[in-house]
Amino acid sequence: MKLKYASIAALLAAALASPVAIAQKKYDPGANDKVIKIGNINPYSGPASAYGTIGKTIAAYWKMVNDHGGVNGRKIEFISYDDGYSPPKTVEMARRLVEQDQVLLIFQSLGTPPNSAIHKYMNVKKVPHLFVATGATKWNDAKGFPWTMGWQPNYQTEGRIYAEHILKNNPKAKIGVLYQNDDYGKDYLKGFKDGLADKVGLVVKEVSYEVTDPTVDSQIVQLQASGADTFFNITTPKFAAQAIRKAYDTGWKPIHYVNNVSAQIGSVLKPAGFEKSIGLISTQYLKDPDDEQFKDDSTMKEWRAFMAKYYPEGNLHDASNVYGYAVAQTMHQVLKQAGDNLTRANIMKQAASLKDFRPDVMLPGIRINTSATDFAPIESEQLIRFDGERWQRFGPIIGK
Amino acid sequence: MSRRQVLLIAIVLLAACALPFVVSSYRTFQLTMALVYSIALLGLNMLTGYNGQISLGHGAFYAIGAYAAAILMEHFGWPYWATIPVAAAVCLVAGFLFGLPALRLEGLYLALATFALAVSLPALLKYHHLEPWTGGVQGIVILKPDPPFGLPIDADQWLYYFTLAVAVLMFVLAWNLLRGRMGRAMVAIRDQHIAAEAMGIHTAMVKSMTFGISAMYTGVAGALGAIAIQFVAPDSFNIFVSIMFLVGIVIGGLASISGAVYGALFIQFVPNIADAISKAAPWAIFGIFLLGFVYLMPTGVAGAVRMAVARLTRKAHNQPKS
Repeated sequence: MKLKYASIAALLAAALASPVAIAQKKYDPGANDKVIKIGNINPYSGPASAYGTIGKTIAAYWKMVNDHGGVNGRKIEFISYDDGYSPPKTVEMARRLVEQDQVLLIFQSLGTPPNSAIHKYMNVKKVPHLFVATGATKWNDAKGFPWTMGWQPNYQTEGRIYAEHILKNNPKAKIGVLYQNDDYGKDYLKGFKDGLADKVGLVVKEVSYEVTDPTVDSQIVQLQASGADTFFNITTPKFAAQAIRKAYDTGWKPIHYVNNVSAQIGSVLKPAGFEKSIGLISTQYLKDPDDEQFKDDSTMKEWRAFMAKYYPEGNLHDASNVYGYAVAQTMHQVLKQAGDNLTRANIMKQAASLKDFRPDVMLPGIRINTSATDFAPIESEQLIRFDGERWQRFGPIIGK
Repeated sequence: MSRRQVLLIAIVLLAACALPFVVSSYRTFQLTMALVYSIALLGLNMLTGYNGQISLGHGAFYAIGAYAAAILMEHFGWPYWATIPVAAAVCLVAGFLFGLPALRLEGLYLALATFALAVSLPALLKYHHLEPWTGGVQGIVILKPDPPFGLPIDADQWLYYFTLAVAVLMFVLAWNLLRGRMGRAMVAIRDQHIAAEAMGIHTAMVKSMTFGISAMYTGVAGALGAIAIQFVAPDSFNIFVSIMFLVGIVIGGLASISGAVYGALFIQFVPNIADAISKAAPWAIFGIFLLGFVYLMPTGVAGAVRMAVARLTRKAHNQPKS
């Protein structure tokens, strides 16, 4: 017996002393010498199925990585399930991935309600729940939910960016705000007001609408009557188009900020009317696939080559495919950093240690930085203005 | 019930009790959901199968039950088990009240009225004056119940047994109800409502009671489902839930108690099988399954099982004794 203890002690001492032990390979379920298993949940069917293309882009990305030898010699096994944007299905699929397929982590599950449904589960199970595809601020709670992390700029961050721009360029603005009456709208509004800080009195009128409302016409009339000369438009595409048109038709013509959610040419500006959209201000953080300036950009050329080879049926005009590529590169970076220590704890540690990382297709000047207390990867954006044909970038990168 | 039936049910129950020890906790969770669906399907089957009223809106009662449980647990600190009877009572009343005016509507018109209920409910749940209670689009997160009395099982297994116990109770009650006076009245109204009225059946009362009881079953299922999923949100209860319930009772077998179980297994597992076969078009595969079942088993799985058993026993009887 004594001998046994002695030998264990000796072994321990050796393990602690030798540098080899530190470089030793360490694995949690879902990783071994040959394979890293990554789980994903995407709405391939149902009301949000337009976003399903993100999951397909990511799958194509890992295929490319595997063709080039994988990550640190390990192939990526990407398991993606359809939840149809239905939270109960998301719970079932998350449990399937974690308990049945034994993935190392879940990456890029999409939508605020589906992710809310598995938020607690992932944290109780201590399985990384990384770079979720939603802009809610609650995914950046390093303390309360240390196993969950967002990726895109959250709504509050973006709200602050507009506030900063207004304070700098028009410190005497009279601001009218229209927002959707739910967590998304309120998140934006909170960020915006936080950004205005002691100048919050600049907001002369706030009106809200319900998703079930047929139009926002009466809200626009109220805002116009308030005498506001600046308009922060926190709406989803359908309402954004209505608001842009009405604000123009009533002759109001304020300085008009529209949230990134609706900064879409095809689904918002086109139905609203291009001439009525001139001068709109919004934000971007990824390269727009339709932007002429990036026609000969080497990274966008690479992206197009990737699409042609690995996802030929994907739409080259769909910004979601650029998004999928960028977020997959971020995940790739985390795995590279993790090296041979593929434990779940180390994955989270590496995800929280990204330093000035730049996915290729991100706009110049925007970087990803995270830390043990900062779980918000992208916190800066580029302002853009619509010139009647396309978005033009202007001014410096705003944010952290 | 014949002796053989009792024996069969006992065997099925024993197997059901043994399952959580054989399969993984993920499968246990799936089976729990199948049990939950079976209660909901039983409720809908009473209404549609036995009473002949079509409802495209039972997802709404499922949602009401789920929210009743979630709100009681979240805002009033009720234990999970105490929320089930309340969810049942709320849905009984809601179903009865909805059934009263709906009585004037027959067949497809009733289907449309219930459809309206199902499509409008998610929007109502997001309504901002109700938000302090419903949590709006964010929904409500519920804590998972731990097994009581220090039982040596995990939370998933406990929830499975709890759901199984409720399901057995609900099935026994349904069986009692359906083979009695009420059940006969329900079927009589379905088959010949004028004749039923002539026989002295209070058609209006029986129909709204059926609607209420049916909603109550679905509400109980909703509450159990919410506890198992640990989350409710308006997006969880879209119109698709109602449609799947209807699919479940037709596939399982209309006007059959055991059909509810078959139907529940179908709606729980076949979408996953379809997804495993084709990522690109899982619902097309699901459609093929659906067509296959409808063609091969026109009276539902329950009907097919009944026929198979009848054929086997006949064969056994015909065999010459040596």
